Amino acid sequence: MARTLSMRQALSEAFHQVMEEDERVIMLGEDIAGGKGAPGDQDAWGGDMGITKGLQPRFGEERVLDTPISESAIIGSAVGAATCGLRPIAELMFVDFMGVCFDQILNQAAKFRYMFGGKAETPVVIRTQIGAGYNAAAQHSQCLYPIFAHIPGIKCVVPASAYDAKGLMIQAVRDDDPVIFFEHKVMYDEVRDEVPEEPYTIPFGEANIVRDGGDCTIVAMARMVHKAKEAADALAKDGIECEIIDPRTISPLDEDTILESVENTGRLVVVDEAYPRCNMATDISALVAQQGFADLKAPIEMVSPPHVPVPFAPELEEAFIPTPEGIAKAVRKTVGYAG
Amino acid sequence: MTTGAALQLSRDKLLQAYRTMRTIRDFEERVHEEFEAGHLPGFVHLYAGEEASAVGVCLNLDDEDKICSTHRGHGHCIAKGCDVTGMMKELWGAADGLCAGKGGSMHIADLSKGMMGANAIVGGGPPLACGAALAAKTLKNGKVAVTFTGDGGSNQGTTFESMNFAAVFDLPVIFVFENNGYAESTASSWSVACGDIVNRAEAFGMPGMQVDGFDFFAVHDAAAEAVERARTGGGPSLIEVKFGRFYGHHEGDNQSYRGKDEAANLRANHDCLNLFRQRVTEASLLESADLDSIDTEVAALIDRAVQDARSAPRPTPEQLTTDVYVSY
Repeated sequence: MARTLSMRQALSEAFHQVMEEDERVIMLGEDIAGGKGAPGDQDAWGGDMGITKGLQPRFGEERVLDTPISESAIIGSAVGAATCGLRPIAELMFVDFMGVCFDQILNQAAKFRYMFGGKAETPVVIRTQIGAGYNAAAQHSQCLYPIFAHIPGIKCVVPASAYDAKGLMIQAVRDDDPVIFFEHKVMYDEVRDEVPEEPYTIPFGEANIVRDGGDCTIVAMARMVHKAKEAADALAKDGIECEIIDPRTISPLDEDTILESVENTGRLVVVDEAYPRCNMATDISALVAQQGFADLKAPIEMVSPPHVPVPFAPELEEAFIPTPEGIAKAVRKTVGYAG
Repeated sequence: MTTGAALQLSRDKLLQAYRTMRTIRDFEERVHEEFEAGHLPGFVHLYAGEEASAVGVCLNLDDEDKICSTHRGHGHCIAKGCDVTGMMKELWGAADGLCAGKGGSMHIADLSKGMMGANAIVGGGPPLACGAALAAKTLKNGKVAVTFTGDGGSNQGTTFESMNFAAVFDLPVIFVFENNGYAESTASSWSVACGDIVNRAEAFGMPGMQVDGFDFFAVHDAAAEAVERARTGGGPSLIEVKFGRFYGHHEGDNQSYRGKDEAANLRANHDCLNLFRQRVTEASLLESADLDSIDTEVAALIDRAVQDARSAPRPTPEQLTTDVYVSY
């Protein structure tokens, strides 16, 4: 039965269900219960955003490990354990912290299967928060997923709905490859939709057609899907119908669905909250320019923040994050293109 | 350890120490109020209760000496001489804040004061402090670098690497570990293997000292010894400062992981400002009236800083793309 859940609740339900169904699933990270060794409440935090609350009381300290602040050890231990029979879910609190543990992802987890002749499996899930919107400034607000999509051997998930978050998380835990699950911090409570109670999976590499339309294709990820929906609603009032494609996973990327959509609409706008150089917008634009060029009726438009670190001041952060108005403007530009 | 050397400080130095600690305290208490009232954006981590550490250390430094700070950086900034109004404006995200509204609480810096930045990356500071010390050693200018790191940061690989690196090169750097008992919500008594952080000094072949962080004089004396060692080519030192924080990890933290009345007990019995006042008045070094007048001055200073921050100019969208490179 489906109920309306927030992305926070959907993820929590997924964790309870995957830990219930498979005792090889363990979870580790900083403050994922909170209060370890402290005199007050245990499970005091449930992670810095409260997403994992209730897991340690239910599954115990042997399966839900509150760790010291040591990202290399957390991620590396999860990767090592994944090669030795467990299926860890490790939390890298904010993706901005990946610098201190990058080797374990870049050169270890991502490489084992290939380097070891296809014989190794690394069923680890790394959860991490992305995104601006909390005035948390340059070291807590980035959308660094394109860096990981660049690396072969890692699957990258960027959910945009509570339904997708649950299904993709269960898929990620059951998957035998390293998966990085990027959760936009603003979406935990901002996004609510219908979610079935029972466990289900969503295959990787299958985009979601969020909205049908014949005039322009908008490809957007994570929080930008919702900005694109707002833009599409506004444009529809003027008779411009947009098709919104949410790739859901950026590695693997569902190229076919994007190309088929552009084949129908002849126009493409890609929206990405990541920095504009070498991000998913440039990658998807290159894909369409290379393989769908004949279908295009107008130049491709990309909507991303300016190429600057995420600023602190609310006015500046607001100016940084792509807006529905900016997306609509890009769509109008493609529709109005006269050749 | 308290040798009592700090008790020999000049009257001016003692007044400066108290004024700086009081400024930090009032700054933090006011920021707490303003945050609760919804006037401040972003993540804020308060230093109240830990003033003796920042001031005890930084009173041994001048503007040319460098410090690296943490996400809990307001106290270090003030102790190193950053402009309080500029800091308050930065917390408001004002265009003329210390970092032009681009950094916010977790990234305040003022290189002209030797303040190399608060740092929102746990373990981000120690390698940078090694760099500052390397520069001082290379330039033979007799300057030193201090990195403030929490008990949480003491467990980072970057910290271990930096301590080894500093020892190998005999760098004039001091690793100050501010152990307030909690890495976010996790107890340091659990998360720091080997019991006390100071025990790790031996592994890297550097002198280690553990001090009562509520006692300004203890911190000051330990820091003086470490700074003197660094300035005279004796290489790195480690100081573990043990104390507690009055507030949670960040503003909004319900602190349910803490012991009952723990923070209230700290305030009542382990307030570094009260202890300082007691020590200097009992030793007849300063009069209560001296300290009272500082309290009044500082209260007015913080009040003005808040008023200025509230009415400061806001950044414009055009400023979003400036400062990325030297010439954008």
